[in-house]
Amino acid sequence: MSRTLQSPSRRRLLAAGGSLTVTFAIAPAWAQDETPLNKGKMPGSLEKEPWLDAWIRIDADNRITVFTGKAELGQGIKTALLQVAAEELLVAPARITLVTADTARTPNEGYTAGSHSMQDSGTALRHAAAHVRTVLGELAARRFGIGAPAVTVRDGAFQAPDGRRATYGELLAGQQLHLRADPTIPVRAPDGHTIAGKPMQRVDVPAKVTGGVAYVQDLRLPGMVHGRVVRPPTPGARLLEVDTAVVTRLPGVLKVVRDGRFLAVIADGEYRAVKAAAALARAARWDTPPTLPADPTPAVLVRALPAKPTPILARGTPGAAGRTLAASYTKPFQLHASIGPSCAVAQLAGGQYTVWTHSQGVYPLRDALAEMLGADKAKIRCIHTEGSGCYGHNAADDVAADAALLARAFPGRPVRVQWMREDENGWEPYGPAMLTAVRATLDPAGRIADWQYDVWSPPHNTRPGKAGNLLAATHLEKPFVPDTPKPSPQPEGSGDRNAIPYYVIPNARVVHQFQERAPLRTSALRSLGAYCNVFSIESFMDELAHAAQADPVAFRLRHLADPRAVDVVRRAAQRFGWDNYKKTPRRGRGFAFARYKNLAAYCAIALEVEVARDTGMVRIVRAVAAVDCGEIVNPDGVRNQIEGGIVQSASWTLLERVRFDERQILTRDWAQYPILRFNQVPERLEVDLIDRPGQPFLGTGEASQGPTGAAIANAVADACGLRLRDLPLDRARLRAGR
Amino acid sequence: MTTYHLRVNGREHAVDTDPDTPLLYVLRNDLQLNGAKFGCGLGQCGACAVTLGGEAVMSCLVPVSVVGERPVGTVEGLGNAQAPGALQQAFIAEQAAQCGYCIAGMMMRAQSLLANNPTPTDAEIRRHMMPNLCRCGTHMRILRAVRRAADALHGKGAKA
Repeated sequence: MSRTLQSPSRRRLLAAGGSLTVTFAIAPAWAQDETPLNKGKMPGSLEKEPWLDAWIRIDADNRITVFTGKAELGQGIKTALLQVAAEELLVAPARITLVTADTARTPNEGYTAGSHSMQDSGTALRHAAAHVRTVLGELAARRFGIGAPAVTVRDGAFQAPDGRRATYGELLAGQQLHLRADPTIPVRAPDGHTIAGKPMQRVDVPAKVTGGVAYVQDLRLPGMVHGRVVRPPTPGARLLEVDTAVVTRLPGVLKVVRDGRFLAVIADGEYRAVKAAAALARAARWDTPPTLPADPTPAVLVRALPAKPTPILARGTPGAAGRTLAASYTKPFQLHASIGPSCAVAQLAGGQYTVWTHSQGVYPLRDALAEMLGADKAKIRCIHTEGSGCYGHNAADDVAADAALLARAFPGRPVRVQWMREDENGWEPYGPAMLTAVRATLDPAGRIADWQYDVWSPPHNTRPGKAGNLLAATHLEKPFVPDTPKPSPQPEGSGDRNAIPYYVIPNARVVHQFQERAPLRTSALRSLGAYCNVFSIESFMDELAHAAQADPVAFRLRHLADPRAVDVVRRAAQRFGWDNYKKTPRRGRGFAFARYKNLAAYCAIALEVEVARDTGMVRIVRAVAAVDCGEIVNPDGVRNQIEGGIVQSASWTLLERVRFDERQILTRDWAQYPILRFNQVPERLEVDLIDRPGQPFLGTGEASQGPTGAAIANAVADACGLRLRDLPLDRARLRAGR
Repeated sequence: MTTYHLRVNGREHAVDTDPDTPLLYVLRNDLQLNGAKFGCGLGQCGACAVTLGGEAVMSCLVPVSVVGERPVGTVEGLGNAQAPGALQQAFIAEQAAQCGYCIAGMMMRAQSLLANNPTPTDAEIRRHMMPNLCRCGTHMRILRAVRRAADALHGKGAKA
C-alpha cells in the first residue's frame, strides 16, 4: 500500500535529550514549530499527554514499543489497543510491544474504568500512530530523494520504486519523535483497514490457558516472602489485646506486625502465612459493638440516610393530565466478587518502593500509598500486573496498601500478600444499595406526558488518590480518615448514571439524592448507578406499556428519536423474533434498552425466561443483544464483553445480595453469596453488532448490565404475572410472590 | 517438614513441606506451576481444580500428605503456548476467557470429563462444569470450547 506524502520546503532536525525534534516550517498540515499548536481540545488522552514519544517509541533495530496508561482487566484492551496502533503504524501487531499502566513508564491516564479505555487511549494511540507514520513517511521520502507519493510502506519499512528500503528504526536511528501530536493529521480510512475492525485473537489468552505467568498472583520474585493480614471480625471491632508471641514461635514466621487494629504476619511460605494468620486471629480479642443498621432492607436503609438532592433534569412543566402510575425499585449492596482474591507484591529496597498491583489506577494508587507511607511519591513505583477480573473498585488497591505496609515492616524482600476469600467478601468496597422512585403520566394517546424520577444512592466512587481510601490506612494506630466522597457530575454521573431516561418525554424531572455516607464502605461496581437506574426505568417502561395496552417494543420506539437507538431496538426485536413470539406456559419474554451513560454504547436486549414458581427458579432460555458501540476494533472482543455483561448481570439480578446483621457481614463465602453457575446461564446467547465505521469508539464493558436486569424482570412478569421491583429476583422472592 | 514424592504431569518430584499443606500451595510454590489458582480455599469455586488419579479435585482441600501415588494433572500437562493440547486449542479458538483466572480450573474439570466420557452431550458438559465458578460471564464460550475439544478428540460427539 502506498501513502501520499507532501514535501516540506524546509526541515530541521534538532537532537535533544535523546529525542529527535522534527519541525517543519510551513505546510503540510502536520508542520510544527517549537511553539505548541493545537490550542483546541486534543482527542482522547492526548489532552493529558500530547507528546508522541510518550506513546510510541521505535528503536534502531525497528522494535516498536507502544505505551498506554490503561490496564488489562480481562476485557481485552491490550489486544484492541494493539490493533489500533498496528493499523495506523502499518505494521503487524506482533511487531509491537505494548507496555501498560506503570508509573515509571507510561502516560498517566487515570483509571481504567467507565468503559473509557477505547475512547481515551484508543483514540490517543490512533492519532499518535497516524502522526508517527506520516512523519516517518516524510523522512523516507527525503532519504530516497523522491516525492512522497512514490514511497510505499510495508510492515515497518518504506521502499522506493528502485528497491531501496528503510525501516522505521533506521530512519530514526535510535532517536525518538519528541513532537506534539497533531490530531489534524488524517487517520486511515476505516474502509482500508486490515487489522482494526477485524477479529483478532487476544494476545493474553495463550498464557492464561497454558499456565504461563499471567497474573500478579503468579509473580515469584527472588527472596519473596508471604504476608497475610488479619482483619477485624466486624467493621466496627476494637482490638482489646493480642498475644503475638504465640504466633511468632510458629514455623516459618518471620514477623508479626501490629499497628493499631492492622494485624499481619509475614512467613517464609504461603501456607505457613495462612496458618500463622489463623493463629493470630485466634490470639486476638476484640470488642464487637453493633454498628450496622438493624434493618438491612435497602428501601428502609437507603431512605434513612441523609441525602443531598441535586436536580439533574428539569424539562417542561409538571402536572400533565392523564393516567398516572408510580413505582419504586431497590438494589441491595452487591459484591465485585472476583474469583481470585486480591493480591499484590511490594518491595522496599534502597529507599524505593516497587508495588506490583492489579489496581485500576496506578498513579492515584501511588499518590495514596505515598501519603500513607509518608514517602515521596517519586520513591514509589506502581506497576500494573494483571489480576483476577475486578469489575470496578474491588480490593486491588487495599491489598496493595497491605503489601506496601508489610514491605516497610520487612525491608529488602518482596512481600506477596493475597487476601483470603472471607476477606474479599467481607472487606471489598461494595456496590451500593440504591432506591429509586418514579411517577409518570400517560396521555390519552398512550404517550408519556410527564415523568418524575428520584434516585437515592450512597457513593459510587471512593477510589484512592487519598490514603484514607485505603482500608489498611484506616486501621492504623494513627488512622487516615476516608476522603469525603463526591458524586461524579452529569452527563456521566455516578449514582445518577442513566437516571435520565433516553426517551422523548416533554415534561420530566430527575433528582439525584446523593448520600455521602453509607453504613458499609461502597465504591464503583461495573456500570455504577446505571444498573439500578436502567433496571428501574426499563421495568417501569414495561409497566407503562402494559397500562397503555401497547407492545413493550413498540412503546419504546414510540418514545425514541435517536436513529441509532431505534436501530438496536429493532435489531434485537427482529433477531429474537419478538413479533412472532408464541407464549408458552411458565415462559415469558422481556425487552430492555439503554444507551450507556446516555452518551456511549447502545444496547437492546430481548430474552426469554422459564419460571418455576414452586422452586422459585428462573432459567434464561435464550437472550439476544443488539449493540452499537461506534467503530468496532475487535468484534469478538466486543461480543465477549457483551456476553459477559449479560451473564454477570443475570447473576446480580437473580441471586446477589450482601447480607449482614447489626455487627457483621454474613455473606463471606460462595455458599452465603452464590453467583450464577452453569445451570442458570442462558441456553443460547446471541450478540448482534452494528458497526459504525468512522464513528468514535464507545466502550462496551458496561453497556449490557442495565438492560439485562430489566429484561429479566420484564420476562418474569410476562411469564407469571409477577412484577418484582426489588433486586435480586431470587428464589425466595419468586416463591413468596413479592 | 516431610518429604513427599509426587507424580505431576508425568514427572516425579520430591517436595519438602508440612504435611497439612494443601496440594494447591505445593503445586504453585514448590513446583512453580501457575495453572491451579487460589480462589476460596473452601472447595466452592474450582479455580484450584486439578486432576488426581484422573478425577477433578479441588486442590485447595487436598493435603499433600494424602496424595500418595495418584498422578496429579495440571493445565501445564495439557500442552504449552507453542504446542497447545486439544483443550487448550479449543479454548483459544473459542476465545473462552476474559480475565481467565478461573480458566485453568475449568480446563482441568473438563479434562476429567473428556477422559471418562469421550462423547458427552451438551447437557452432560453443563452438569459436569457446575462446581466451577466464572465471574466474567464467559460460560457460553467455555461450554463451546469443551464441546469443540470433545469433537476434536473423538470425532463429532453426540448432542443433547
